[in-house]
Amino acid sequence: MKIHEYQAKEILRKYNVAVPNGVLISDKSEAANAAKKVGTDVVVVKAQIHAGGRGKGGGVKLAKSPAEAEKHAGKIIGMTLVTPQTGPEGRFVKKVLIEEGMSIAKELYMGILVDRETSQVLIMASEAGGMEIEEVAADTPEKIIKEAVDPVIGVQPYLARKIAFALNLEGAALKAIVPFIINLYDAFIKEDCSMLEINPLVITSDDRVLALDAKVDIDDNAMYRHKDTQAYRDTDEEDPTEVEASKFHLNYIKLDGNIGCMVNGAGLAMGTMDIIKLSGGEPANFLDVGGGADEEMIENGFRILISDKAVKGIFINIFGGILRCDVLARGVVAATKKLHIKIPVVVRMEGTNMEEGHQILKDSGLNFLIGDGMKDGAQKVVKAIK
Amino acid sequence: MSILVDEKTRLITQGITGREGMFHTEQSMKYGTKVVGGVTPGKGGQTVLGKVPVFNTVADAAKKTKANATMVFVPPPFAADAICEAADAGIELIICITEGIPVTDMVNVYKYLQGKNSRLVGPNCPGVISPGKAKIGIMPAHIHKKGNVGIISRSGTLTYEAVGQLTALGIGQSTCVGIGGDPIIGSRFIDILELFQKDRGTKAICMIGEIGGTAEDEAAYYIKKNVTKPVVGFIAGQTAPPGRRMGHAGAIISGGQGTAEEKMKVMKRCGIKVVKSPADLGKTIQKVL
Repeated sequence: MKIHEYQAKEILRKYNVAVPNGVLISDKSEAANAAKKVGTDVVVVKAQIHAGGRGKGGGVKLAKSPAEAEKHAGKIIGMTLVTPQTGPEGRFVKKVLIEEGMSIAKELYMGILVDRETSQVLIMASEAGGMEIEEVAADTPEKIIKEAVDPVIGVQPYLARKIAFALNLEGAALKAIVPFIINLYDAFIKEDCSMLEINPLVITSDDRVLALDAKVDIDDNAMYRHKDTQAYRDTDEEDPTEVEASKFHLNYIKLDGNIGCMVNGAGLAMGTMDIIKLSGGEPANFLDVGGGADEEMIENGFRILISDKAVKGIFINIFGGILRCDVLARGVVAATKKLHIKIPVVVRMEGTNMEEGHQILKDSGLNFLIGDGMKDGAQKVVKAIK
Repeated sequence: MSILVDEKTRLITQGITGREGMFHTEQSMKYGTKVVGGVTPGKGGQTVLGKVPVFNTVADAAKKTKANATMVFVPPPFAADAICEAADAGIELIICITEGIPVTDMVNVYKYLQGKNSRLVGPNCPGVISPGKAKIGIMPAHIHKKGNVGIISRSGTLTYEAVGQLTALGIGQSTCVGIGGDPIIGSRFIDILELFQKDRGTKAICMIGEIGGTAEDEAAYYIKKNVTKPVVGFIAGQTAPPGRRMGHAGAIISGGQGTAEEKMKVMKRCGIKVVKSPADLGKTIQKVL
């Protein structure tokens, strides 16, 4: 789950990771007061959306007076912010964070993630702060410091020092960053983050060490043990159809094409998207109904598929294991009737109770197209919508 | 021949009294797998499915039944604990079906398993089947056929798809291994490739990967160096958008890494026959045999 910058900073504060003073507002009338409360001569007004690159789209502004802060807040709140990460449609800004300005001596990068190659938690750091870390990794990989953390001992001071020296820090900054790194790791583990990124991590001219920006993703699988973090979910930042699908435990991701797909299993769902494309069509979505789908889930899946107005045809590709083909067929027939589906529906099913499933489709009197294998099914649906 | 599971496998199920655990234990028994017991803390002493004794701890079960494999159906919050318990009891093969284990739990499990005698397959996987011999997991048994193609896959239903195509062509499988779709898994492609290379009953290997991570690249280089048997490969997610998690926690393209295109390129360069369409897996394997 993605969370906002101000929420990430709330979490970091709990673990004594230094972050700038800031006040969150949702109306420009609160801006001047917020700026006064923050107290510095210069404040920063930052749009709160889930995408990065906000500065490039005009979502981060410096203000030299409370009045200027109000002016910027007025512009940013309510704007549709387009950044390199939002796509052309952009994101609507509801809130801004007003933060203290500071004199920055050095901008660093620090990220913590679970490294699949070594199956360990990895701390990444770089002196090339404030830049896209992917670009740094591609152009100058030698500038990225990587340290794996042994889960038994966690981040010990020696490991934090090792990173600090590699970042060429000294004096007060060196002393300050050691507990910063230890606490950051603590937050990562205890809050079940799947990714935590501080970019930039700043050293001020008076040698303070602060997380100027913070990007945190929480592991969805661990949400059950973080009831308080659940409140951080902002469904306005998600696709409304995806939010609707998640209510029914359906795994749905909207894409740009016009062929709706319903598949069981994530791998087969991706494979189905691929084969649609290879057959000359464009998938409208990824939809995994899972292994234990019942008639009701199939109906909900259908409803979500056709709520996307771009969808001109549906391809159902099911390899029945635990999910029996007869159950699927009954669900498909019921949903097609109930939802008055008029667009072509191609069904390809194989596996448990396949014959029974095909008979149910045949007896329904509805005009289903039957795919003989996934290739044939994909070709049929592409042809049907042309 | 086959790898990992066969007639000598003595299986217990952790979480046997749960709905899923019970159902799939029964299915495995029906297939011929020797199920010798089950574990549910607090329900020791019961007998389920007519003849299967339930124990309170894996250690108890291991001692009384000489089990050498376990199938874990314990719910996600308790699954990491269940894997560690099995390893502590010296169970050689731990197959974890459970989907949705927090990744930091798996970091600890992975570390704990280092130096232990247990091999973990999964989590979030369909399990392992050696057709005609034994099945541990949730795959539909009837689509399989005994034979000489080894299958390794990160995805469950896509494995069934490959198996279905092979069986329809009259080609059987030595063993099918679902390694799971999570970022941290016990056995990787290379661990299973090593076993298939050694197995005299396996003549060709089918490897099904996904977007995300670099496990397929690692496997490709391993194959180039160590595997003499023909390998056919497929990567799901050629059309997946970057930054979106496609169902599996591990299936995400991040920072331009882990795209299908990149993986397929590396695999081809390492001598793997890569198919673009999952519908061509069966035919292509038939050609290399």
